[in-house]
Amino acid sequence: MKLLWFHLMPYTRLPEDFAERHPSVWVDIDSRLFDPTLAHGMYNEFMDELEHAAEVGFDGICVNEHHQNGYGLMPSPNLIAASLARRTRDAALVVMGNSLALYNPPVRVAEEMAMLDCISGGRLVAGFPVGTPMDTCFAYGQNPSQLRQRYHEAHDLIVKAWTEPSPFAWNGRFNKLRYVNVWPRPLQKPHPPIWIPGGGSVETWRWCAERDYVYSYLSYFGYKLGKATMDGFWQEMERLGKEPNPYRAGFLQFVGVAESRAEAMELYREPAEYFYGRCLHVDARYAAPPGYSSEATLRARVQSQVVQAAQLVSNERQASTGRRFEDIVEQGYVIIGSPDEVADQLRQVATDLRVGQLMLLLQFGNMDRQLTLHNTELFAKRVMPQLRGLWDDRWENHWWPRPLPASERAPVRERARA
Amino acid sequence: MAASAARVGTRSGARARARVSAAPTERKVRVPDERKVRVPRCGEARVWEQGTGAPLCYLGGLRGLPRWPAFLDRLAARRRVIAPSLPGFPGARGHEELDDLADWVIATLDLLEASGAAGADLVGASVGATLAAEVAAFSRESVRRLALIAPFGLFDEREPVADAFALRKGEVAGMLCADPAKYEAFLARPDGEDEIEWQVTQVRAEEAAARLLWPTGDRGLGKRLHRIAAPTLLVWGSQDRVVPASYAKRFASGLGGLVQIRSVEGAGHMAELDAPDAIADAVLEFLR
Repeated sequence: MKLLWFHLMPYTRLPEDFAERHPSVWVDIDSRLFDPTLAHGMYNEFMDELEHAAEVGFDGICVNEHHQNGYGLMPSPNLIAASLARRTRDAALVVMGNSLALYNPPVRVAEEMAMLDCISGGRLVAGFPVGTPMDTCFAYGQNPSQLRQRYHEAHDLIVKAWTEPSPFAWNGRFNKLRYVNVWPRPLQKPHPPIWIPGGGSVETWRWCAERDYVYSYLSYFGYKLGKATMDGFWQEMERLGKEPNPYRAGFLQFVGVAESRAEAMELYREPAEYFYGRCLHVDARYAAPPGYSSEATLRARVQSQVVQAAQLVSNERQASTGRRFEDIVEQGYVIIGSPDEVADQLRQVATDLRVGQLMLLLQFGNMDRQLTLHNTELFAKRVMPQLRGLWDDRWENHWWPRPLPASERAPVRERARA
Repeated sequence: MAASAARVGTRSGARARARVSAAPTERKVRVPDERKVRVPRCGEARVWEQGTGAPLCYLGGLRGLPRWPAFLDRLAARRRVIAPSLPGFPGARGHEELDDLADWVIATLDLLEASGAAGADLVGASVGATLAAEVAAFSRESVRRLALIAPFGLFDEREPVADAFALRKGEVAGMLCADPAKYEAFLARPDGEDEIEWQVTQVRAEEAAARLLWPTGDRGLGKRLHRIAAPTLLVWGSQDRVVPASYAKRFASGLGGLVQIRSVEGAGHMAELDAPDAIADAVLEFLR
């Protein structure tokens, strides 16, 4: 099993009464709450934490893309990934977002990701999300009715730009480019592994199966609510005759490790309540622009049982404002406990959901650097060894980067502090 | 109302039956004649028609025409009302084929021609008014006289148009109509309609409007208003919470031909739902 360390880069100093006094953490968050001097510290701590995770043995480190968002300080994950490429050696760099329709022309994504792949020596995972409504339709003004059409065209263009050996003309519906000739080109051939962060739509599952991409369910609501979605995914894979290789699936889980469950309850209460109470305080008016969901998804939402779970999610989301830590843990949003307890639970989660690429949020909410490093360290030393071998006896991970051998990697000069 | 019912009840058996069943004290909304036309690339579109007299074409607002409204009844009392469905709005599909303004204008022209409404008086509400104005600017001969109820299309950042696509569920009706009950009644699912499909149809209409208008801003109509030669009536509800009533003046100052502004006291953005009789009468008077 692959264990990946994921950072959302939340702004850690939202006021205590944020949810009462402000309508939304996203899109129209009050910019007067942003202190760039504090952000200077946050960015550097967060990048330290990602580098630290790579040092202590996580297989990959993950960044993602959000816009006008108080819990995601990475409008450009590629900037962070570029720095990580230089400061880490072996970890996979999992960029779980460039929201393809936001880049004009989309070959920008092909170029920047090719740069990252070259700089890192072939350690890039290319994540291609559609992007949330808040990011794409509201913050970036994309037309919700065209978003998916543009996303798919951008995807086709990027993959062709990575694989076509000669310059070509692209006469797409939305993009007209007379000369496509990406330079630099990705180090991994034919291109870096592609992972698709998605919600629970059947179309996305089918598309991932068709293209042989990793489907990654990035929910903030833990394994209990995630189960229905992952079950739906695996049923669809079975129906399509795809082998049930757990490495086809990624899943995100919040985790807090301590010496005991009681200590974990104490340590992780504040950051969890901060995240679920303040960071997820999203104004409902930005949640469902017309056309963002396909009609099939819309019908399914009304009809199917999978979607009753999804509705539960949105109800939970509503109710989670100011939620107590006891409930957060009870619902499975955050897994806590001693290293052994956490390992047991995660083994259960990975097995139940059939997940090979397990992404862990070990920093969440306003968790400070010290606790984050502690959590990461405990996980690496005492949880990770217990999970390592899962799946590997039977399944091969076809969706992992294939970097240059260590002997061929370029040396990186030691820290220059001038 | 009795007079209008008498006038429209003469053309078909369906309407005659409807008239007979009308309760004397309340306005009975009748079932219009329905036919289908083909719009190239988009597919079939429903055309509703009622009344006799000089033709008047109506392009519906943000939710299209999920049902035949009292407003059109009033117009149909004096005129032959032709109400074709724009792509993606109830009764028609194909909005996902339309990528830019040129596509929408061409589809609207195709629709008007296929419906036999080209060259007639053209009345539009909200998003339908935007397309009516565009058509009048691009193709002068397609429109005789023009009546626009609260069109989108201009944007003044000192008094911005509201984002009608970013509303919390409970606030939609009050945002679009001065009387939320009128909005709810307009969109209420009739007996026998499938609940899921009714919902999907409504979201599709919202999507179609968004496909044309998103993100809400100036789509260049301001640069084309001088092309509109048709005498134009601008109708605005004084309580429009989406496109403020002051936009009437902005439109008027850009228009090339004869312009008249009618403010309707107490009506909201979907003014034709809030004040059907007042607006229909103003439109009929102007188009006379």
